[in-house]
Amino acid sequence: MLLIHCPYCEEDRPEVEFVYGGEAHIARPLDPAALSDEDWEHYLYIRRNPRGRHHERWRHTHGCGRFFNAVRDTVSDRFEQTYKAGEPRR
Amino acid sequence: MSGYRLPAGGRIDRAAPLDFTFDGRAYRGFAGDNLASALVASGQMLFGRSFKYHRPRGILGMGTEEPNALVTVDRGATAPGWGRATPNLRAPSVALYQGLNAQSQNRFPSLRFDLGAVNDRLGALFPAGFYNKTFMWPRSAWEKLYEPAIRRMAGLGASPTTRDPDHYDATYAHCEVLVVGGGLAGIEAALSAAQDGGRVILIDEQDELGGGALADRALWGELADKTMALRRLGNVTVLTRTTAFGYYHQNFVGAVEQLTDHLAPEQAKGARERLWRIRAGEVVLAQGAIERPLVFDGNDVPGVMLSSAGRTLAVRYGVAVGRAVAVMAVHDSGWRDAMAMKAAGVGVVAVIDLRSDVAPDLVAAARAAGIALHLGHAVTSVSGRHGVSGVTFAANGTGHAQQLAVDALLMAGGWTPTVHLWSHAKGSLRWDADWGAYLPDVAQENCRAVGAGAGAWDMGSGLALGTLPGPKPIWQTKAFVDFQNDVKARDIDLAVREGMRSIEHIKRYTTNGMATDQGKTSNLNGLQIASGSLAKPVTDIGLTTFRPPYTPQTFGALMGHHKDALFQPIRKTVIDGWAADHGAVFENVAQWRRARYFPQGSEDMHAAVARECLAVRERVGMFDASTLGKIEVVGPDAAEFLNRMYTNPWKALQPGRCRYGLLLREDGFITDDGVSARLAPDRFHLTTTTGGAARVLAMMEDYLQTEWSDLDVWLTSTTEQWAVIAVQGPLARAVIAPLVEGIDLSPSAFPHMAIREGRICGVPTRLFRVSFTGELGFEVNVPAEHGRMVWQAIHAAGQAHGITPYGTETMHVLRAEKGYVIVGQDTDGTLTPDDAGMAWAVGTKKPDFVGKRSLSRPDMAAPGRKQLVGLLTEDPQDVLEEGAQIVADPDQPVPMTMLGHVTSSYHSATLGRSIAMAVIADGRARDGQVIHVPMPGRTIRARVTASTVFYDPEGSRLDV
Ligand SMILES: [Zn+2]
Repeated sequence: MLLIHCPYCEEDRPEVEFVYGGEAHIARPLDPAALSDEDWEHYLYIRRNPRGRHHERWRHTHGCGRFFNAVRDTVSDRFEQTYKAGEPRR
Repeated sequence: MSGYRLPAGGRIDRAAPLDFTFDGRAYRGFAGDNLASALVASGQMLFGRSFKYHRPRGILGMGTEEPNALVTVDRGATAPGWGRATPNLRAPSVALYQGLNAQSQNRFPSLRFDLGAVNDRLGALFPAGFYNKTFMWPRSAWEKLYEPAIRRMAGLGASPTTRDPDHYDATYAHCEVLVVGGGLAGIEAALSAAQDGGRVILIDEQDELGGGALADRALWGELADKTMALRRLGNVTVLTRTTAFGYYHQNFVGAVEQLTDHLAPEQAKGARERLWRIRAGEVVLAQGAIERPLVFDGNDVPGVMLSSAGRTLAVRYGVAVGRAVAVMAVHDSGWRDAMAMKAAGVGVVAVIDLRSDVAPDLVAAARAAGIALHLGHAVTSVSGRHGVSGVTFAANGTGHAQQLAVDALLMAGGWTPTVHLWSHAKGSLRWDADWGAYLPDVAQENCRAVGAGAGAWDMGSGLALGTLPGPKPIWQTKAFVDFQNDVKARDIDLAVREGMRSIEHIKRYTTNGMATDQGKTSNLNGLQIASGSLAKPVTDIGLTTFRPPYTPQTFGALMGHHKDALFQPIRKTVIDGWAADHGAVFENVAQWRRARYFPQGSEDMHAAVARECLAVRERVGMFDASTLGKIEVVGPDAAEFLNRMYTNPWKALQPGRCRYGLLLREDGFITDDGVSARLAPDRFHLTTTTGGAARVLAMMEDYLQTEWSDLDVWLTSTTEQWAVIAVQGPLARAVIAPLVEGIDLSPSAFPHMAIREGRICGVPTRLFRVSFTGELGFEVNVPAEHGRMVWQAIHAAGQAHGITPYGTETMHVLRAEKGYVIVGQDTDGTLTPDDAGMAWAVGTKKPDFVGKRSLSRPDMAAPGRKQLVGLLTEDPQDVLEEGAQIVADPDQPVPMTMLGHVTSSYHSATLGRSIAMAVIADGRARDGQVIHVPMPGRTIRARVTASTVFYDPEGSRLDV
């Protein structure tokens, strides 16, 4: 079981307190109607799925309830760092 | 009969005899014995039949590596229906206790006379890849003939068929240092770690600490001293009979402690096993090493075993494996074992070693002990079927053959460091030519390996080879590599000749290393043989992956307390007890227990539901709707937020009014719905489906926190805070009127889809005028602690009006008569609002809402989409099955073209006939057409109705 550092609680907590939220830094377009079908498809479905550093969202559901971002290595599963939602990509 | 108890020696308690049975026969052992040592001491060398060929097998090893001696232990039935039989236990790991009842496995009708042994004579029928090649077609023959026959003939023990009566404990532990393995290396690591004052846990799978030292008399004094020192330390926890089965991320180790299996059943109290979840700062792996068998013709005859097993039996258990014992060695450790056994009183007659240049001190010592030496020789065959009667050996396996009459043959093939847990934690391995094995290299976690498991133990030196040299070509030999899965050297050679190159392919093709022992004794030999056949170095072939569990564990231990009522929580409303008192039949919906119907007298569900439905349509009914998900949405931007989330407009909704909301995912498909009320400009009372409450709240939080953090809104789950009582039917107003204070219930003051706050029965209420039945209706929300009191008051007040409690089944029928959808039943995550016939709920003028952009993707408007429609069977008494498939032409060839399926179907007492809803391709355009529902034995005809509203299409009954 992973230990995850919640940047709001500032504690390492077990994975069971968290819910994974998919790739991070995919902002919902401000004006979806202005997007082509292709661009909207890209926003909805296309993900990077990298081998290595992955920026991803987690939510401390059974804790503070906040969403935050994490950088995790998809090979080793090691968490490099976590940071608050809204902060720039690291 | 070859094994026997030595007159003295061992760590057993000869003053404490224990009686036990094996295959119904009585035996006697001593306290400190395990099942294998006690049976060998009684001359029992035959333990089981092999998996595929039903060959007679004895024990190979005396530790967790044992592949052959799998037994079923029956701990008895202390109550009817109780099943305490555990199959596939390794005999050397079964502690002996008074009354132990063990059976051998995989033999019919008896261990000595096994009909399945004909498989051995037909061995050529079962080469590598046999399953892949033979049983391809026809499929029906596989299902009906091959698989049942093979399962019967080639199986492990039978699983218990009755309920496990035991309970299992689970706990968490945290420590600075966790040491896995309680041999001397592990004990020293724990002693050293304890000096820093931190918490130390030492785990060992055996019933006493010591590991390999238990089979070395010279180390017993040191072992006793260090074990005592360890026990004196307050910061060290020692767990014996505990197996660390898996090593997970960030030094999280799973272990199972056996608490009672070593005790006689009548002495066993409390939980049977305990699951430990341990988080450690540092993990020290001291797992030791496992001896490798040698691969030669006849190496599986009972009485042929690992040299370390013979030594352990002699030194630790005071048991001789035979009266005339030979050792076949390619490693120094075999010589040391021979002398240790000789010193313990075992009749070791010869050491045969393939090497010609063995260390002079070993040669001298063996000679001095009176052991005959045959250097540069190899065993080429073994005589005897149920036990060893002699061996044939020759110079380098091919020269002049000599015979030797022995009743046991020990194999010293070198050592394989145990790197399983190291590999679970993704530590890398390096090939070590001296060990002829892989050793731990670079750790990924804060972890280190010590002792033999790290290659840091003086086991002596030796050769690492695939097979012993012999006179026969490999394809004529029965030289076993994987004893548990019956894989022979020639199978691996065949796999290579048939084109397998990677060890991963060879493993799956031959099943080498795929048995319950996970190749503890076979992996390295398999690699060496493949290396020889491929003429490539071992390191070029790869190594298969080690995965948890290290040894098989019980389901009970992994389940722990999560069974029966604790398997999944059952949520109950505050009115649940009343429903139970009034004979409700319940069903589980999401995690809620809900009253399904309230039968009276001898009514069945059909009769009860018909009565409940008519009562609501004609008079009044009451329904516990407390399970509805509820979310309080508060803040200056609450209306703006809901406007962005739901498909329909919210900003113009006046306080005091309700609105039906449809919620889509961003991909445009319906995910939830519910009626919500505006209590104030900055406050909404949202409802969601019963099953969707948590999901909807999480989705809303996501948008609020990550996309629209500029909005000033708070979301609070209030599902459990409100009890909800639906009062529905033409007399609903008359029932609640005397109980309500401060709310004008008249139709003009309190119209349909409105909310008022006031009091009912003296407690605060949020009173909704809403209907999921099509009748005049109210949903009385009161603080949960008052729910039952208000329910009972309404029930009492309704008696004069014939009020009838109803359950979820009636609720479903009433809403279906009105064509109201249930999200998740009539929709399945692929329906848009238009598909569901709810385009009316979409605010097309809104610039944006979640899912809006997706609704204009070309496929969302393409012809052929499935649409929700009504179905009326031609025979009004036919009730379609929910989930039944729909076709246009029942006479078309199979496989038929499916148009869609039935989503909801009921008998409607109000309409005197069946009604159904279905999703059908281009359904609305098929209005009036007949479709067909093929069922076993017949086909049902039904007519499509574009509208799903079967009752009161004008909605006049709501408007009263
Ligand atoms: Zn937190």
